[in-house]
Amino acid sequence: MKKLKYALFTGCTAKQSTPEQYMSTFAVAEKLGIELVELVEASCCGASHLQDYDDFLSLVLNARNIAYAEKHGLTMVTICNTCQLNTAMTKHRLDNNSELKEKVNEKLKEVGLEYKGTSNIIHFLYAIIDDIGLDKIKEMVVTPLSQFNIAPFYGCHNIRPSELQNESHKTAENPYNPRSLDDLIIACGGNSVDYVEKNKCCGFHVELQAPHTSAVLSGKAVAGAMDNNADWMVTPCPLCHLKLDTQTNHLSEAIGREIALPVLHMQQMLGLALGCSNEQLGFKHHIEKVNFI
Amino acid sequence: MSTHTITTQQVNFKVFRFNASEDYLPYYENYTMEVTSEEVVLDILNRIKWELDGSFSYRRSCRHGICGACAIKVNGRSTLACKERMNDMIELFGNELTIEPLSIKRAVKDMIIDKGDFWQKHDAIHPYLISDVQEHPEHEHLVTPKEAEELLEADLCIQCGACHYACPVVEVNSDFFGPAAFAKAYRFEADVRDDAHHERLQELHKEKQGLWDCVKCFECAEACPKDVNPIDKITKLHQMLFSEGVATSNVATRHAVAFKNSIAKFGVLDEGGMILYSEGTSIVKHIPLAIKMFTKGKIVPPWGITKSENLDEIKKLVASSSTAKF
Repeated sequence: MKKLKYALFTGCTAKQSTPEQYMSTFAVAEKLGIELVELVEASCCGASHLQDYDDFLSLVLNARNIAYAEKHGLTMVTICNTCQLNTAMTKHRLDNNSELKEKVNEKLKEVGLEYKGTSNIIHFLYAIIDDIGLDKIKEMVVTPLSQFNIAPFYGCHNIRPSELQNESHKTAENPYNPRSLDDLIIACGGNSVDYVEKNKCCGFHVELQAPHTSAVLSGKAVAGAMDNNADWMVTPCPLCHLKLDTQTNHLSEAIGREIALPVLHMQQMLGLALGCSNEQLGFKHHIEKVNFI
Repeated sequence: MSTHTITTQQVNFKVFRFNASEDYLPYYENYTMEVTSEEVVLDILNRIKWELDGSFSYRRSCRHGICGACAIKVNGRSTLACKERMNDMIELFGNELTIEPLSIKRAVKDMIIDKGDFWQKHDAIHPYLISDVQEHPEHEHLVTPKEAEELLEADLCIQCGACHYACPVVEVNSDFFGPAAFAKAYRFEADVRDDAHHERLQELHKEKQGLWDCVKCFECAEACPKDVNPIDKITKLHQMLFSEGVATSNVATRHAVAFKNSIAKFGVLDEGGMILYSEGTSIVKHIPLAIKMFTKGKIVPPWGITKSENLDEIKKLVASSSTAKF
């Protein structure tokens, strides 16, 4: 099989507040035989906030990021749900509106770039499911996670809006009954925990303006996982990770009960199963101690 | 052709039952039924009532997807019972289906809920044209097709409540207007005939009602049976606040603007600097967490940020493409 090669859009968070996600992405890619070309020229995706303020600028900046992936002739892989949403949304809007695409390209021309629409945008989770396959991943597991009950937390911007999300990957996802992360847990040998909040919102995007709402939503997610006997949680989104891992005291206060669980990035879970070292997976950067390794 | 063949399959339904005037707690009744490929969800509700239990209660009226009365949830997914084909539900969820009202905590009897909060919020945004209409106009008040397109089909809303009761913020914050009310507000904000443009926007901007408290989860877009896409309208209202000069400085507006500033400077985000810009002096409340994160290597100081390569391109694009002002 030809070696898989992707253009990696890390997003901002992996390079700052979740360094463990950056490290574990590369560690896992090596184990899976994936070559990652980091898009070092890329800017922030706007995280749905720039979009509230300056929609056209956000389109131009995201189109620029995609143009760099296109220059490499590679599929763009994201490791943050919100990067995935905003980049894929840009692609969708430009590919379906030639007038808008022309306007954006007029701007990109000023810096010698062009958005063509030739690169697919896909989150790492779906890229490995589509291009490697769960069966193959299962074969590669050296340390099955069979003693763990693992609660998947999907994060909104990988599953909704489903029409947009399902454009990027072959494995259709039902946002009301998502399977991808559950299936990855099972492929890693773990027991996937079913709970109501697994496809719900963590509240990250209103953390500053509505801290109580934000904390209640995250708090309910951790509580739901705990009530269904989860040993730990796993998520494909670094923003969800920040909510669930870094401030359990706030979450506990908001929902009126003590809660806390270790929360792993999907790359860390996969890394554990594929035999990466704890150092490679960056567990020392967690706030909630990863107490089982 | 197979599309003309009526097929039948067995489905197990778990149906929410509750009578607020008699029951202390709700319960679920199980029904096993043969479902044909011709049926919609409303047919199942009808058959439960007509064939199995006459006391089963639900709202229905037009049977054409325009009155919005029959919205319920199937396996947690909001749906208009009269429009949703059973085959599609089985394809999505399999043969075990749970039928519930839009909001369990607002249940009055079985599928019937008290939508009082929905209508109260709907009314509060002044959901009508506010305009000095001449009694005897000399000319027609023409709206061009291009102007009508600006509504972005927000006028297709049938007030079924599917998005409102799918919204996680509505569940947590009872002051939050919710996606339906905001989409309706947009419908009139975008109408060229409306004269209350500024006033309505200003009211929406007030913090308590929470135009800025939308968590961007897209539950509303997913739930809407008419493809109104309420979150898109909420984003449009945010943009309008800035473009119309109505936005005042608060933590949410500063946060949106901080993205542009940070991108212009670094290409990427200066996470710490942005929180400082957004919060102002309120930054102190974040200090304990910041210390904890710093000790775990989760905070990069401004001088340690890896800037985007070819940053000059980004600076140039921000200067030439930016249209918003604050």
